Amino acid sequence: MKISTKKKSDIIFTEIILIIMSFIFVLPLILALTMSLQPAQSVFSFPPKFFPTGFHWQNYLVAFRTVPFGRLLLNSTIVAIMVTIGKLITGTLAGYAFANFKFFGKNFGFSFLFATLFLPAELIMIVPLFSIMAKFGWVNTYWALTIPFMASATNTFILRQHFLMIPKELEDSAKIDGAGPMAYFIKILLPLSKSMIGGVSIINFIYAWNFYLWPLIITMEDRMKTVQVGVKMLIDAEGASNWGVIMAGTVSAVIPTLIVFFILQPLFVKSLTRSGIKG
Amino acid sequence: MKKWTPYLLLVPTFIIIVLFIYIPAGFSLNTSLYRVLPFGRGMQFIGIRNFTRLFTNADYIYSVKFTIVYVVITVSITILLSFLIATQLIKKVPGVRLFRTLIFAPYAVSPAIAGALWTFMLNPVVGHISYFFQRTFGIQVEWLTSKPHAFYAIVFASVWKILPFDMIFYIASIQNVPGEMLESARIEGAGVMQRTWKIIFPLVSPITFYLVIMNIVTTMFSSFAIIDVMTKGGPGQFTTNMIYRMYLDGFYFQKQGVASAQSIILIAVMIVVTLIYFKFGEQHVHYQ
Repeated sequence: MKISTKKKSDIIFTEIILIIMSFIFVLPLILALTMSLQPAQSVFSFPPKFFPTGFHWQNYLVAFRTVPFGRLLLNSTIVAIMVTIGKLITGTLAGYAFANFKFFGKNFGFSFLFATLFLPAELIMIVPLFSIMAKFGWVNTYWALTIPFMASATNTFILRQHFLMIPKELEDSAKIDGAGPMAYFIKILLPLSKSMIGGVSIINFIYAWNFYLWPLIITMEDRMKTVQVGVKMLIDAEGASNWGVIMAGTVSAVIPTLIVFFILQPLFVKSLTRSGIKG
Repeated sequence: MKKWTPYLLLVPTFIIIVLFIYIPAGFSLNTSLYRVLPFGRGMQFIGIRNFTRLFTNADYIYSVKFTIVYVVITVSITILLSFLIATQLIKKVPGVRLFRTLIFAPYAVSPAIAGALWTFMLNPVVGHISYFFQRTFGIQVEWLTSKPHAFYAIVFASVWKILPFDMIFYIASIQNVPGEMLESARIEGAGVMQRTWKIIFPLVSPITFYLVIMNIVTTMFSSFAIIDVMTKGGPGQFTTNMIYRMYLDGFYFQKQGVASAQSIILIAVMIVVTLIYFKFGEQHVHYQ
Protein backbone atom coordinates (compact mmCIF):
# COMPACT_ATOMS: atom_id res chain seq x y z
CA MET A 1 0.00 0.00 0.00
CA LYS A 2 2.72 2.38 1.00
CA ILE A 3 4.65 1.59 -2.17
CA SER A 4 1.72 2.26 -4.46
CA THR A 5 0.98 5.69 -2.97
CA LYS A 6 4.66 6.49 -3.30
CA LYS A 7 4.51 5.41 -6.92
CA LYS A 8 1.44 7.52 -7.49
CA SER A 9 3.13 10.62 -6.11
CA ASP A 10 6.16 9.84 -8.29
CA ILE A 11 3.97 9.75 -11.36
CA ILE A 12 2.27 13.00 -10.46
CA PHE A 13 5.64 14.64 -9.85
CA THR A 14 6.97 13.45 -13.23
CA GLU A 15 3.77 14.48 -14.94
CA ILE A 16 3.96 18.01 -13.54
CA ILE A 17 7.62 18.43 -14.52
CA LEU A 18 6.95 17.15 -18.03
CA ILE A 19 3.92 19.40 -18.52
CA ILE A 20 5.96 22.43 -17.46
CA MET A 21 8.89 21.44 -19.68
CA SER A 22 6.72 20.73 -22.73
CA PHE A 23 5.07 24.07 -22.19
CA ILE A 24 8.41 25.90 -22.00
CA PHE A 25 9.71 24.22 -25.13
CA VAL A 26 6.65 24.79 -27.28
CA LEU A 27 5.87 28.21 -25.85
CA PRO A 28 7.98 30.23 -28.33
CA LEU A 29 6.15 28.57 -31.23
CA ILE A 30 2.69 29.13 -29.74
CA LEU A 31 3.48 32.75 -28.91
CA ALA A 32 4.75 33.33 -32.45
CA LEU A 33 1.50 31.93 -33.88
CA THR A 34 -0.60 34.02 -31.47
CA MET A 35 1.30 37.18 -32.33
CA SER A 36 1.07 36.51 -36.06
CA LEU A 37 -2.75 36.26 -35.86
CA GLN A 38 -3.12 39.42 -33.80
CA PRO A 39 -4.64 42.49 -35.48
CA ALA A 40 -2.08 45.31 -35.74
CA GLN A 41 -3.74 47.52 -33.12
CA SER A 42 -3.68 44.85 -30.40
CA VAL A 43 -0.05 43.83 -30.87
CA PHE A 44 0.88 45.99 -27.93
CA SER A 45 -1.88 44.60 -25.69
CA PHE A 46 -0.87 44.55 -22.08
CA PRO A 47 -0.51 41.99 -20.60
CA PRO A 48 0.54 40.16 -23.76
CA LYS A 49 -1.76 37.38 -24.98
CA PHE A 50 -0.85 33.71 -24.86
CA PHE A 51 -3.38 32.26 -27.25
CA PRO A 52 -4.92 33.61 -30.46
CA THR A 53 -8.21 35.47 -29.95
CA GLY A 54 -9.21 35.44 -33.59
CA PHE A 55 -7.95 34.68 -37.02
CA HIS A 56 -6.52 37.88 -38.47
CA TRP A 57 -4.38 36.78 -41.35
CA GLN A 58 -3.61 40.34 -42.56
CA ASN A 59 -0.12 40.09 -41.04
CA TYR A 60 0.64 37.26 -43.44
CA LEU A 61 -0.41 39.43 -46.38
CA VAL A 62 1.83 42.26 -45.20
CA ALA A 63 4.75 39.87 -44.60
CA PHE A 64 4.41 38.39 -48.08
CA ARG A 65 4.29 41.89 -49.57
CA THR A 66 7.21 43.36 -47.60
CA VAL A 67 9.53 40.49 -48.50
CA PRO A 68 8.83 38.15 -51.47
CA PHE A 69 8.02 35.31 -49.09
CA GLY A 70 6.19 33.21 -51.67
CA ARG A 71 9.28 33.16 -53.83
CA LEU A 72 11.54 32.53 -50.83
CA LEU A 73 9.42 29.55 -49.76
CA LEU A 74 9.71 28.19 -53.28
CA ASN A 75 13.49 28.68 -53.20
CA SER A 76 13.82 26.90 -49.86
CA THR A 77 11.69 24.04 -51.14
CA ILE A 78 13.78 23.68 -54.28
CA VAL A 79 17.03 23.87 -52.33
CA ALA A 80 15.92 21.39 -49.64
CA ILE A 81 14.57 18.86 -52.15
CA MET A 82 17.58 19.11 -54.47
CA VAL A 83 20.07 18.73 -51.61
CA THR A 84 18.11 15.80 -50.17
CA ILE A 85 17.95 13.96 -53.50
CA GLY A 86 21.58 14.74 -54.32
CA LYS A 87 22.76 13.48 -50.94
CA LEU A 88 20.72 10.30 -51.29
CA ILE A 89 22.24 9.55 -54.68
CA THR A 90 25.86 10.24 -53.70
CA GLY A 91 25.42 8.71 -50.24
CA THR A 92 23.81 5.43 -51.31
CA LEU A 93 26.33 4.93 -54.13
CA ALA A 94 29.37 5.68 -51.98
CA GLY A 95 27.92 3.81 -49.00
CA TYR A 96 27.41 0.79 -51.24
CA ALA A 97 31.00 1.00 -52.49
CA PHE A 98 32.40 1.11 -48.94
CA ALA A 99 30.06 -1.55 -47.56
CA ASN A 100 30.03 -4.21 -50.28
CA PHE A 101 33.30 -3.97 -52.22
CA LYS A 102 36.94 -4.65 -51.59
CA PHE A 103 39.13 -2.45 -53.72
CA PHE A 104 42.58 -0.90 -53.87
CA GLY A 105 42.68 2.43 -52.00
CA LYS A 106 39.54 1.75 -49.96
CA ASN A 107 41.13 2.79 -46.66
CA PHE A 108 42.61 5.89 -48.19
CA GLY A 109 39.26 6.83 -49.74
CA PHE A 110 37.54 6.31 -46.43
CA SER A 111 40.03 8.50 -44.55
CA PHE A 112 39.88 11.14 -47.25
CA LEU A 113 36.12 11.35 -46.80
CA PHE A 114 36.41 11.13 -43.04
CA ALA A 115 38.83 14.08 -42.87
CA THR A 116 36.13 16.41 -44.21
CA LEU A 117 34.60 16.21 -40.73
CA PHE A 118 37.42 18.55 -39.67
CA LEU A 119 36.23 21.19 -42.10
CA PRO A 120 32.85 22.60 -41.05
CA ALA A 121 30.96 24.15 -43.94
CA GLU A 122 30.82 27.55 -42.23
CA LEU A 123 34.61 27.86 -42.43
CA ILE A 124 34.73 27.07 -46.11
CA MET A 125 31.84 29.33 -47.02
CA ILE A 126 32.99 32.68 -45.80
CA VAL A 127 35.91 33.33 -48.13
CA PRO A 128 37.11 30.62 -50.51
CA LEU A 129 33.87 28.92 -51.59
CA PHE A 130 32.50 32.25 -52.73
CA SER A 131 35.55 32.80 -54.96
CA ILE A 132 35.10 29.36 -56.48
CA MET A 133 31.42 30.00 -57.16
CA ALA A 134 32.38 33.30 -58.78
CA LYS A 135 34.80 31.44 -61.07
CA PHE A 136 32.05 28.98 -62.02
CA GLY A 137 29.68 31.89 -62.65
CA TRP A 138 27.31 30.37 -60.10
CA VAL A 139 26.87 33.36 -57.77
CA ASN A 140 23.17 34.01 -57.20
CA THR A 141 22.03 30.65 -58.64
CA TYR A 142 20.38 27.47 -57.39
CA TRP A 143 23.55 25.59 -58.41
CA ALA A 144 25.56 27.43 -55.79
CA LEU A 145 22.87 26.89 -53.19
CA THR A 146 22.69 23.14 -53.70
CA ILE A 147 25.53 21.36 -55.49
CA PRO A 148 28.31 22.02 -52.94
CA PHE A 149 26.15 20.33 -50.27
CA MET A 150 25.17 17.24 -52.24
CA ALA A 151 27.69 14.94 -50.58
CA SER A 152 28.83 14.54 -47.01
CA ALA A 153 30.83 12.15 -44.90
CA THR A 154 28.19 11.58 -42.21
CA ASN A 155 25.55 10.88 -44.82
CA THR A 156 27.77 8.28 -46.50
CA PHE A 157 28.79 6.66 -43.22
CA ILE A 158 25.21 6.18 -42.01
CA LEU A 159 24.16 4.51 -45.24
CA ARG A 160 27.30 2.40 -45.32
CA GLN A 161 26.62 1.30 -41.74
CA HIS A 162 23.11 0.34 -42.71
CA PHE A 163 24.18 -1.60 -45.82
CA LEU A 164 26.67 -3.54 -43.68
CA MET A 165 23.80 -4.85 -41.59
CA ILE A 166 22.02 -6.36 -44.57
CA PRO A 167 22.84 -10.11 -44.75
CA LYS A 168 25.65 -10.95 -47.15
CA GLU A 169 23.77 -14.08 -48.32
CA LEU A 170 21.31 -11.89 -50.19
CA GLU A 171 24.12 -10.50 -52.31
CA ASP A 172 25.55 -13.96 -52.92
CA SER A 173 22.25 -15.45 -54.01
CA ALA A 174 21.58 -12.47 -56.28
CA LYS A 175 24.97 -13.11 -57.87
CA ILE A 176 24.12 -16.76 -58.40
CA ASP A 177 20.89 -15.68 -60.09
CA GLY A 178 23.05 -13.67 -62.47
CA ALA A 179 22.27 -10.18 -61.16
CA GLY A 180 25.09 -7.67 -61.64
CA PRO A 181 26.18 -5.31 -58.83
CA MET A 182 23.87 -2.50 -59.98
CA ALA A 183 20.87 -4.80 -60.30
CA TYR A 184 21.45 -6.02 -56.73
CA PHE A 185 21.82 -2.41 -55.57
CA ILE A 186 18.63 -1.15 -57.21
CA LYS A 187 16.36 -4.17 -56.87
CA ILE A 188 17.36 -5.52 -53.46
CA LEU A 189 19.57 -3.23 -51.39
CA LEU A 190 17.64 0.02 -51.83
CA PRO A 191 14.16 -1.45 -51.27
CA LEU A 192 15.45 -3.13 -48.09
CA SER A 193 16.75 0.21 -46.83
CA LYS A 194 13.53 2.17 -47.28
CA SER A 195 13.03 3.20 -43.66
CA MET A 196 16.66 4.23 -43.22
CA ILE A 197 16.56 6.23 -46.44
CA GLY A 198 13.34 7.87 -45.21
CA GLY A 199 14.93 8.88 -41.92
CA VAL A 200 18.08 10.19 -43.56
CA SER A 201 15.96 12.17 -46.04
CA ILE A 202 14.09 13.96 -43.25
CA ILE A 203 17.33 14.88 -41.49
CA ASN A 204 18.81 16.20 -44.73
CA PHE A 205 15.65 18.06 -45.70
CA ILE A 206 15.55 19.89 -42.36
CA TYR A 207 19.31 20.56 -42.60
CA ALA A 208 19.02 22.14 -46.04
CA TRP A 209 15.80 24.01 -45.28
CA ASN A 210 17.61 25.63 -42.37
CA PHE A 211 20.60 26.96 -44.35
CA TYR A 212 21.31 30.53 -43.34
CA LEU A 213 24.91 31.70 -43.70
CA TRP A 214 25.41 30.39 -47.24
CA PRO A 215 22.33 31.98 -48.87
CA LEU A 216 23.23 35.18 -47.02
CA ILE A 217 26.65 35.22 -48.69
CA ILE A 218 26.02 33.74 -52.12
CA THR A 219 22.73 35.35 -53.19
CA MET A 220 22.68 38.94 -54.32
CA GLU A 221 19.05 39.47 -55.24
CA ASP A 222 16.12 39.15 -52.85
CA ARG A 223 14.33 36.76 -55.15
CA MET A 224 17.15 34.19 -54.84
CA LYS A 225 17.28 34.15 -51.04
CA THR A 226 15.71 31.53 -48.77
CA VAL A 227 13.05 31.84 -46.06
CA GLN A 228 15.63 31.77 -43.28
CA VAL A 229 17.23 34.91 -44.65
CA GLY A 230 13.70 36.22 -45.34
CA VAL A 231 12.96 36.26 -41.61
CA LYS A 232 16.05 38.39 -41.02
CA MET A 233 15.06 40.68 -43.92
CA LEU A 234 11.63 41.09 -42.35
CA ILE A 235 13.11 41.99 -38.95
CA ASP A 236 15.32 44.61 -40.63
CA ALA A 237 12.47 45.93 -42.81
CA GLU A 238 10.00 46.23 -39.94
CA GLY A 239 12.61 47.87 -37.73
CA ALA A 240 11.95 45.22 -35.09
CA SER A 241 8.64 46.80 -34.18
CA ASN A 242 5.80 45.33 -36.20
CA TRP A 243 5.98 41.97 -34.47
CA GLY A 244 2.72 40.62 -35.88
CA VAL A 245 4.19 40.79 -39.37
CA ILE A 246 7.62 39.49 -38.35
CA MET A 247 6.07 36.50 -36.58
CA ALA A 248 3.82 35.82 -39.59
CA GLY A 249 6.99 35.41 -41.67
CA THR A 250 8.65 33.32 -38.96
CA VAL A 251 5.65 30.98 -38.73
CA SER A 252 5.60 30.58 -42.53
CA ALA A 253 9.29 29.69 -42.51
CA VAL A 254 9.04 27.12 -39.71
CA ILE A 255 5.79 25.35 -40.57
CA PRO A 256 7.13 23.10 -43.37
CA THR A 257 9.86 21.58 -41.20
CA LEU A 258 7.53 21.23 -38.22
CA ILE A 259 4.98 19.37 -40.33
CA VAL A 260 7.62 17.03 -41.75
CA PHE A 261 8.98 16.57 -38.26
CA PHE A 262 5.69 15.84 -36.48
CA ILE A 263 4.38 13.42 -39.09
CA LEU A 264 7.57 11.43 -39.48
CA GLN A 265 9.00 11.74 -35.99
CA PRO A 266 9.30 8.03 -35.05
CA LEU A 267 11.20 7.22 -38.23
CA PHE A 268 13.38 10.22 -37.78
CA VAL A 269 14.30 9.70 -34.12
CA LYS A 270 15.30 6.12 -34.91
CA SER A 271 17.67 7.10 -37.70
CA LEU A 272 19.07 9.99 -35.71
CA THR A 273 20.11 7.88 -32.72
CA ARG A 274 21.38 5.14 -34.98
CA SER A 275 23.52 7.48 -36.97
CA GLY A 276 24.78 10.08 -34.57
CA ILE A 277 24.36 12.64 -37.31
CA LYS A 278 24.46 16.27 -36.34
CA GLY A 279 21.58 18.57 -37.24
CA MET B 1 33.79 -3.54 -65.61
CA LYS B 2 33.47 -5.21 -62.20
CA LYS B 3 36.85 -4.01 -61.07
CA TRP B 4 35.89 -0.43 -61.74
CA THR B 5 32.45 -0.54 -60.14
CA PRO B 6 33.44 0.69 -56.64
CA TYR B 7 35.47 3.55 -58.11
CA LEU B 8 32.61 4.66 -60.30
CA LEU B 9 30.27 4.54 -57.30
CA LEU B 10 32.58 6.90 -55.42
CA VAL B 11 33.03 9.42 -58.23
CA PRO B 12 30.05 11.72 -57.45
CA THR B 13 30.91 12.00 -53.75
CA PHE B 14 34.59 12.61 -54.38
CA ILE B 15 34.05 15.22 -57.08
CA ILE B 16 31.89 17.20 -54.69
CA ILE B 17 34.14 16.98 -51.65
CA VAL B 18 37.27 17.80 -53.65
CA LEU B 19 35.74 20.73 -55.52
CA PHE B 20 33.78 22.24 -52.66
CA ILE B 21 35.66 21.25 -49.52
CA TYR B 22 39.31 20.42 -50.21
CA ILE B 23 40.06 23.00 -52.90
CA PRO B 24 38.47 25.85 -50.90
CA ALA B 25 40.31 24.69 -47.76
CA GLY B 26 43.54 24.75 -49.76
CA PHE B 27 42.70 28.26 -50.95
CA SER B 28 42.21 29.34 -47.35
CA LEU B 29 45.54 27.90 -46.30
CA ASN B 30 47.23 29.70 -49.18
CA THR B 31 45.39 33.00 -48.72
CA SER B 32 46.20 33.03 -45.00
CA LEU B 33 49.84 33.70 -45.96
CA TYR B 34 49.02 36.74 -48.08
CA ARG B 35 47.78 40.23 -47.68
CA VAL B 36 44.89 40.51 -50.14
CA LEU B 37 44.72 44.03 -51.52
CA PRO B 38 41.21 45.41 -51.94
CA PHE B 39 39.49 45.85 -55.32
CA GLY B 40 41.36 42.93 -56.92
CA ARG B 41 44.71 44.73 -56.86
CA GLY B 42 46.48 41.43 -56.21
CA MET B 43 48.08 39.65 -53.29
CA GLN B 44 51.25 40.23 -51.35
CA PHE B 45 53.07 37.38 -49.58
CA ILE B 46 53.53 38.14 -45.90
CA GLY B 47 54.24 34.69 -44.39
CA ILE B 48 52.65 34.09 -41.02
CA ARG B 49 52.09 37.76 -40.31
CA ASN B 50 48.30 37.41 -40.57
CA PHE B 51 48.50 34.97 -37.67
CA THR B 52 50.88 36.97 -35.50
CA ARG B 53 48.73 40.07 -36.05
CA LEU B 54 45.62 38.18 -34.97
CA PHE B 55 47.19 37.26 -31.65
CA THR B 56 47.91 40.87 -30.86
CA ASN B 57 44.54 42.08 -32.12
CA ALA B 58 42.35 42.95 -29.13
CA ASP B 59 39.10 42.37 -31.08
CA TYR B 60 40.18 38.90 -32.10
CA ILE B 61 41.39 37.97 -28.62
CA TYR B 62 38.06 39.15 -27.26
CA SER B 63 36.16 36.95 -29.73
CA VAL B 64 38.23 33.93 -28.64
CA LYS B 65 37.52 34.60 -24.97
CA PHE B 66 33.85 35.18 -25.67
CA THR B 67 33.63 31.93 -27.64
CA ILE B 68 35.13 29.97 -24.76
CA VAL B 69 32.74 31.43 -22.17
CA TYR B 70 29.74 31.04 -24.46
CA VAL B 71 30.58 27.43 -25.38
CA VAL B 72 31.34 26.33 -21.81
CA ILE B 73 28.17 27.85 -20.35
CA THR B 74 25.83 26.80 -23.17
CA VAL B 75 27.13 23.24 -23.37
CA SER B 76 27.09 22.69 -19.57
CA ILE B 77 23.52 23.93 -19.21
CA THR B 78 22.34 21.94 -22.23
CA ILE B 79 23.93 18.67 -21.11
CA LEU B 80 22.70 18.95 -17.53
CA LEU B 81 19.14 19.95 -18.42
CA SER B 82 18.74 17.45 -21.23
CA PHE B 83 19.96 14.62 -19.00
CA LEU B 84 17.55 15.56 -16.21
CA ILE B 85 14.58 15.92 -18.54
CA ALA B 86 15.45 12.64 -20.25
CA THR B 87 15.38 10.81 -16.89
CA GLN B 88 11.75 11.92 -16.61
CA LEU B 89 10.87 11.25 -20.25
CA ILE B 90 11.77 7.55 -20.03
CA LYS B 91 9.15 6.92 -17.32
CA LYS B 92 5.92 5.24 -18.32
CA VAL B 93 3.54 8.01 -17.37
CA PRO B 94 0.39 9.04 -19.23
CA GLY B 95 1.08 11.25 -22.24
CA VAL B 96 4.83 10.68 -22.30
CA ARG B 97 4.84 10.27 -26.09
CA LEU B 98 3.16 13.62 -26.53
CA PHE B 99 5.62 15.27 -24.12
CA ARG B 100 8.54 13.85 -26.07
CA THR B 101 7.18 15.11 -29.37
CA LEU B 102 6.60 18.58 -27.95
CA ILE B 103 10.01 18.85 -26.30
CA PHE B 104 11.72 17.62 -29.49
CA ALA B 105 10.05 20.34 -31.58
CA PRO B 106 12.91 22.90 -31.49
CA TYR B 107 15.11 20.36 -33.29
CA ALA B 108 13.20 21.14 -36.49
CA VAL B 109 13.52 24.90 -35.92
CA SER B 110 16.53 26.57 -37.53
CA PRO B 111 19.02 28.64 -35.52
CA ALA B 112 17.88 31.75 -37.43
CA ILE B 113 14.27 31.16 -36.45
CA ALA B 114 15.26 30.32 -32.88
CA GLY B 115 16.94 33.73 -32.88
CA ALA B 116 13.81 35.44 -34.24
CA LEU B 117 11.53 33.75 -31.70
CA TRP B 118 13.69 34.71 -28.75
CA THR B 119 14.20 38.24 -30.05
CA PHE B 120 10.43 38.53 -30.03
CA MET B 121 9.90 37.04 -26.56
CA LEU B 122 12.63 39.19 -25.06
CA ASN B 123 11.41 42.38 -26.72
CA PRO B 124 10.92 45.00 -23.97
CA VAL B 125 7.60 46.22 -25.41
CA VAL B 126 5.76 43.17 -26.71
CA GLY B 127 7.77 40.22 -25.36
CA HIS B 128 6.25 37.77 -22.91
CA ILE B 129 9.49 37.08 -21.08
CA SER B 130 10.17 40.79 -20.64
CA TYR B 131 6.64 41.11 -19.29
CA PHE B 132 7.26 38.23 -16.90
CA PHE B 133 10.46 39.81 -15.59
CA GLN B 134 8.73 43.12 -15.21
CA ARG B 135 5.85 41.67 -13.19
CA THR B 136 7.92 39.29 -11.07
CA PHE B 137 11.07 41.23 -10.38
CA GLY B 138 9.93 44.72 -11.29
CA ILE B 139 12.84 45.20 -13.69
CA GLN B 140 12.70 46.26 -17.30
CA VAL B 141 15.63 44.90 -19.25
CA GLU B 142 16.77 45.80 -22.75
CA TRP B 143 17.75 42.19 -23.32
CA LEU B 144 19.47 42.39 -26.69
CA THR B 145 21.14 45.75 -26.48
CA SER B 146 22.65 45.84 -23.00
CA LYS B 147 25.47 44.02 -21.26
CA PRO B 148 25.46 41.38 -19.94
CA HIS B 149 21.86 40.58 -20.87
CA ALA B 150 22.57 40.14 -24.58
CA PHE B 151 24.79 37.23 -23.59
CA TYR B 152 22.04 35.57 -21.54
CA ALA B 153 19.62 36.06 -24.43
CA ILE B 154 21.92 34.20 -26.81
CA VAL B 155 22.46 31.42 -24.30
CA PHE B 156 18.66 31.00 -23.85
CA ALA B 157 18.11 30.67 -27.59
CA SER B 158 21.08 28.32 -28.05
CA VAL B 159 20.09 25.99 -25.20
CA TRP B 160 16.48 25.89 -26.42
CA LYS B 161 17.66 25.00 -29.90
CA ILE B 162 20.34 22.39 -29.03
CA LEU B 163 18.69 20.63 -26.10
CA PRO B 164 16.25 18.40 -28.05
CA PHE B 165 19.12 16.82 -30.00
CA ASP B 166 20.84 15.80 -26.76
CA MET B 167 17.61 14.57 -25.26
CA ILE B 168 16.90 12.19 -28.12
CA PHE B 169 20.27 10.54 -27.47
CA TYR B 170 19.90 10.52 -23.69
CA ILE B 171 16.49 8.89 -23.90
CA ALA B 172 17.84 6.16 -26.17
CA SER B 173 20.81 5.47 -23.91
CA ILE B 174 19.08 5.73 -20.51
CA GLN B 175 16.61 3.13 -21.72
CA ASN B 176 19.55 0.77 -22.16
CA VAL B 177 20.58 1.03 -18.50
CA PRO B 178 19.80 -2.41 -17.04
CA GLY B 179 16.70 -2.29 -14.86
CA GLU B 180 18.06 -4.87 -12.37
CA MET B 181 20.94 -2.58 -11.50
CA LEU B 182 18.59 0.23 -10.53
CA GLU B 183 16.29 -2.19 -8.73
CA SER B 184 19.08 -3.64 -6.58
CA ALA B 185 20.34 -0.16 -5.80
CA ARG B 186 16.83 0.79 -4.75
CA ILE B 187 16.63 -2.26 -2.47
CA GLU B 188 19.91 -1.28 -0.89
CA GLY B 189 18.36 2.05 -0.06
CA ALA B 190 19.76 4.35 -2.74
CA GLY B 191 17.49 7.35 -3.23
CA VAL B 192 16.39 8.85 -6.53
CA MET B 193 19.24 11.35 -6.51
CA GLN B 194 21.84 8.69 -5.81
CA ARG B 195 20.47 6.37 -8.48
CA THR B 196 20.44 9.18 -10.99
CA TRP B 197 23.92 10.58 -10.34
CA LYS B 198 25.82 7.52 -9.09
CA ILE B 199 24.42 4.90 -11.48
CA ILE B 200 22.66 6.31 -14.53
CA PHE B 201 24.93 9.29 -15.19
CA PRO B 202 28.20 7.29 -15.12
CA LEU B 203 26.65 4.57 -17.27
CA VAL B 204 25.66 7.00 -20.00
CA SER B 205 28.99 8.87 -19.87
CA PRO B 206 30.03 7.71 -23.37
CA ILE B 207 26.94 9.39 -24.80
CA THR B 208 27.60 12.47 -22.68
CA PHE B 209 31.09 12.62 -24.12
CA TYR B 210 29.77 12.35 -27.66
CA LEU B 211 27.15 15.02 -27.01
CA VAL B 212 29.65 17.41 -25.42
CA ILE B 213 31.80 17.23 -28.55
CA MET B 214 28.82 17.64 -30.90
CA ASN B 215 27.50 20.55 -28.82
CA ILE B 216 30.87 22.29 -28.80
CA VAL B 217 30.95 22.16 -32.59
CA THR B 218 27.33 23.35 -32.89
CA THR B 219 27.81 26.24 -30.46
CA MET B 220 31.01 27.31 -32.19
CA PHE B 221 29.66 27.27 -35.75
CA SER B 222 25.87 27.05 -36.05
CA SER B 223 25.51 29.82 -33.51
CA PHE B 224 26.25 32.22 -36.35
CA ALA B 225 22.58 32.56 -37.31
CA ILE B 226 21.41 33.04 -33.72
CA ILE B 227 23.93 35.83 -33.16
CA ASP B 228 23.31 37.46 -36.54
CA VAL B 229 19.55 37.58 -36.00
CA MET B 230 19.55 38.51 -32.31
CA THR B 231 22.44 40.90 -31.68
CA LYS B 232 24.59 41.20 -34.83
CA GLY B 233 27.49 40.62 -32.46
CA GLY B 234 26.58 43.62 -30.31
CA PRO B 235 26.13 45.69 -28.28
CA GLY B 236 29.47 46.97 -29.59
CA GLN B 237 31.19 43.65 -30.11
CA PHE B 238 30.04 42.17 -26.84
CA THR B 239 28.56 39.00 -28.41
CA THR B 240 30.96 38.63 -31.35
CA ASN B 241 32.26 35.06 -31.26
CA MET B 242 34.99 33.62 -33.49
CA ILE B 243 32.78 32.63 -36.40
CA TYR B 244 31.01 36.01 -36.36
CA ARG B 245 34.37 37.81 -36.19
CA MET B 246 35.49 35.80 -39.21
CA TYR B 247 32.32 36.69 -41.09
CA LEU B 248 32.78 40.38 -40.31
CA ASP B 249 36.43 40.37 -41.42
CA GLY B 250 36.03 38.11 -44.43
CA PHE B 251 32.69 39.14 -45.86
CA TYR B 252 31.82 42.50 -44.43
CA PHE B 253 35.23 44.19 -44.34
CA GLN B 254 36.67 42.03 -47.18
CA LYS B 255 39.91 41.36 -45.31
CA GLN B 256 40.41 37.98 -46.92
CA GLY B 257 43.91 37.21 -45.71
CA VAL B 258 42.98 37.83 -42.09
CA ALA B 259 39.73 35.88 -42.40
CA SER B 260 41.56 32.94 -43.99
CA ALA B 261 44.05 32.89 -41.12
CA GLN B 262 41.06 32.77 -38.74
CA SER B 263 39.56 29.86 -40.63
CA ILE B 264 42.86 27.96 -40.40
CA ILE B 265 42.92 28.52 -36.64
CA LEU B 266 39.35 27.23 -36.36
CA ILE B 267 40.17 24.18 -38.48
CA ALA B 268 43.06 23.48 -36.11
CA VAL B 269 40.62 23.70 -33.18
CA MET B 270 38.29 21.29 -34.98
CA ILE B 271 41.12 18.81 -35.57
CA VAL B 272 42.04 18.89 -31.89
CA VAL B 273 38.41 18.43 -30.81
CA THR B 274 37.86 15.55 -33.23
CA LEU B 275 41.11 13.83 -32.27
CA ILE B 276 40.24 14.09 -28.58
CA TYR B 277 36.93 12.51 -29.41
CA PHE B 278 38.44 9.60 -31.27
CA LYS B 279 41.25 9.11 -28.77
CA PHE B 280 39.00 8.93 -25.73
CA GLY B 281 35.49 8.46 -26.98
CA GLU B 282 35.14 6.18 -29.92
CA GLN B 283 35.69 2.83 -28.31
CA HIS B 284 32.94 3.49 -25.76
CA VAL B 285 30.22 4.96 -27.89
CA HIS B 286 27.56 2.53 -28.96
CA TYR B 287 25.20 3.39 -31.74
CA GLN B 288 22.12 1.45 -30.90
